[in-house]
Amino acid sequence: MTALLELHAVDKAFGAVRVLRGVDFTVEPGRVVALAGENGAGKSTLMKIITGIYRRDAGSMLYRGQDMQFTTARQSMDAGIAMIHQELNLLPALSVGENIFLGREPVDRTGRIQWSEIDREARYWLAQLKQDIDPRTETGRLSIAQQQMVEIARALSMNAEVIIMDEPTDSLTDVETKILFDVVGQLKADGKGLVFISHRLGEIFQMCDDVAILRDGNMVHQGPVAEIDEDTLIRHMVGRELSDQYPFVPAKPSDVRLKVENLVAKGVRKMSFEARAGEVVGFAGLVGAGRTELGKAIYGANPVRSGRVEIDGVEMQLRSPRDGVLAGIGYVTEDRKLEGLIQSHGLRRNMSLTGLFRFTGRSGHIDKRAEREEITEYINAFSIKTHGIDAIVSQLSGGNQQKVSIAKSLVPQPRILILDEPTRGVDVGAKREIYTLINELKAQGLCILLMSSDMPELLGISDRILVMSNGLLTGSFDRDEADQETIMRCTVAGLTEGTVE
Amino acid sequence: MKRSFDLKAFALENIPLIGLIVLMAAVSLYSPNFLSVDNLLNILRQTSINAIIAMGMTFVILTAGIDLSVGSILAFAGAVCASMIAADTPLMVALLTTLVIGGALGAASGTIVAYFGVQAFIATLVGMTMVRGLVLVYTDGRPISTGNFDVANSFYEVGGGYVAGIPIPVIIAGFVFLICWYVLNNTRIGRYVYAIGGNEQVAQLAGVNVARVKVIVYAISGALAALAGIILTARLESAQPTAGLAYELDAIAAVVLGGTSLAGGRGRITGTLIGALIIGVLNNALNIMDVSSYYQMIAKGAVILLAVVLDGRSKTTSK
Repeated sequence: MTALLELHAVDKAFGAVRVLRGVDFTVEPGRVVALAGENGAGKSTLMKIITGIYRRDAGSMLYRGQDMQFTTARQSMDAGIAMIHQELNLLPALSVGENIFLGREPVDRTGRIQWSEIDREARYWLAQLKQDIDPRTETGRLSIAQQQMVEIARALSMNAEVIIMDEPTDSLTDVETKILFDVVGQLKADGKGLVFISHRLGEIFQMCDDVAILRDGNMVHQGPVAEIDEDTLIRHMVGRELSDQYPFVPAKPSDVRLKVENLVAKGVRKMSFEARAGEVVGFAGLVGAGRTELGKAIYGANPVRSGRVEIDGVEMQLRSPRDGVLAGIGYVTEDRKLEGLIQSHGLRRNMSLTGLFRFTGRSGHIDKRAEREEITEYINAFSIKTHGIDAIVSQLSGGNQQKVSIAKSLVPQPRILILDEPTRGVDVGAKREIYTLINELKAQGLCILLMSSDMPELLGISDRILVMSNGLLTGSFDRDEADQETIMRCTVAGLTEGTVE
Repeated sequence: MKRSFDLKAFALENIPLIGLIVLMAAVSLYSPNFLSVDNLLNILRQTSINAIIAMGMTFVILTAGIDLSVGSILAFAGAVCASMIAADTPLMVALLTTLVIGGALGAASGTIVAYFGVQAFIATLVGMTMVRGLVLVYTDGRPISTGNFDVANSFYEVGGGYVAGIPIPVIIAGFVFLICWYVLNNTRIGRYVYAIGGNEQVAQLAGVNVARVKVIVYAISGALAALAGIILTARLESAQPTAGLAYELDAIAAVVLGGTSLAGGRGRITGTLIGALIIGVLNNALNIMDVSSYYQMIAKGAVILLAVVLDGRSKTTSK
């Protein structure tokens, strides 16, 4: 069988930095190839060379047997290579149908857009994905997961031969992920070639036929998934043994730090729980179960409609994030880009923003030396890889950005730390560093609430796990009694009891 | 780690300054008189009013806002100040009252932006229109004279006086610059201003009282516009109902020339000062060269366009 896409000895350098070194990469028809590698290994660069966003410095690319050099993304798209980006590239103010056909709207001879055709085609492709979305809906009104499905529908509607998916399941629920996997199966049967990029190793084994592993710009392995196990895969990715992905240190029981009683807020129908100083309480649940909303309500970012929040036995009335910070709550958002860090600003300004009051007196004058010292301390302690205290945040890797985000919430010296998806978009090595960090903070006596959709992670580092579904608490487990299956059952338990407004 | 001096990086960082120097060098070749102390002081004095307004505007633009009402606030402040002087109000009382009025008008726009969620452009456009109307009502469309009391003579010093050979408006602008520089670079509120412009949602979630900072920022802009109004009125020895028309545009031009991003979160007050000086030097040079005032506007527009395009290009290529 001839390969659909065949790259040979591809080199790419940015200035003095060699990002890809003699990379070979093959996409075969009717097969899914996983592209694995840590952040910065060169995955995105390789994909951008394939889709014509970058030009290769050396090497060849055969597409359906012909030597190709795309110079724009448009050319590769027209040739039949579609890319589903990790970051949504949809225009929120346009309708779903307009987004799916953006740039290639069907027109008649006078240039009038054929709305009925857009409507029909969009409906067809959304139905393939089992999505009941009206193509005339404004895209911005959809949930992130639905928008991801629209993005996938767009790629499908191009009738591409090669489909590249960059972390497509990151914002999908399990149900939608399953639908996506079914669609992938169908595309395979149609003889399409698929490239799947994911940090979730489980998915690689579940749905991919081959795996290609990049490390520091070298293709260190390409072969069938069946011939490799998870440990070998990780070893290839990081180039060393990862002894234990989830280093766990048991909690030392301490006093109740946070007490939440009958809390009602947006997306939270009723929640009561306690969390102690020096323990990690994990929150499991599907996307939309109300975990993010619960965290925000406790922090003061979302209004509390009724119920009590007590910290160290004192009732709190938190009406803004400012109140939350002053009450000793640190909050790390799931959406680093939109809510967590000012991407165009430097490390220092980002990290000291929440706890700026610690470096200023009543006059508001900033003690820049104290600030610099503390920020430097965090950069060293968290081994944040940066070329300086004022390096622009957007130029850091995902893992390093996440560490900055966590450090930022720690500068005000909180008593409680709320971590919402702290390892999303973070590579395996950096993930482990973050787990170690969580353990250290726990040992220092912080009370940590951990919201995560990554089940092994949740089971791996939590002392207790609470399950939320549909804004309600549907399960509570100690570390020893929790397992994936029981938790999964609880995550859907609340779904029958009506919906949250 | 010791950093060696990187000329290219310095040049990219300081395009406005280099532009100003090149402009001055070019004009001095054409007219040797240009670099005389008298002419330079003259340029500084003429620039001071726009510089003061532009520095307030910098605060607003850094939060990703805009303030179109400064010209109208300048006129209203000037009219109120003139009538107070004409009524023999003690100088300091008159000046402080005027500044407070300017600040309050600015804070009103700020409140509409911050608490009612109206876009800054619209909110301050409304402010610009209504305050201009207020000026016309207050002055009945006629100039207000500053009267014949003794206080009027000391008031004129604010616009026309000198200390140690330096025009008082220049000294005032210098003080305003130092204070603004300090606030933006060394205080909490300064950091918050940048943070809000960088990403308002991030700032909010980090515990910044975004709405309050916005109100303060527009109040600063209003107060500085009022200060400019005082200087202009003192210089002209009367308040004109049409004073400050289109001044907001010169102020915005100075801020943008200085390299501050209209999208907010990025920029420097030093840049604004240089931007105002570029406009001042340009006006002066075109006068010296005897260019008709009709062509002056075209030339000014062209220079601003050129500067902004160059600056934008340097920022995208340096990434």
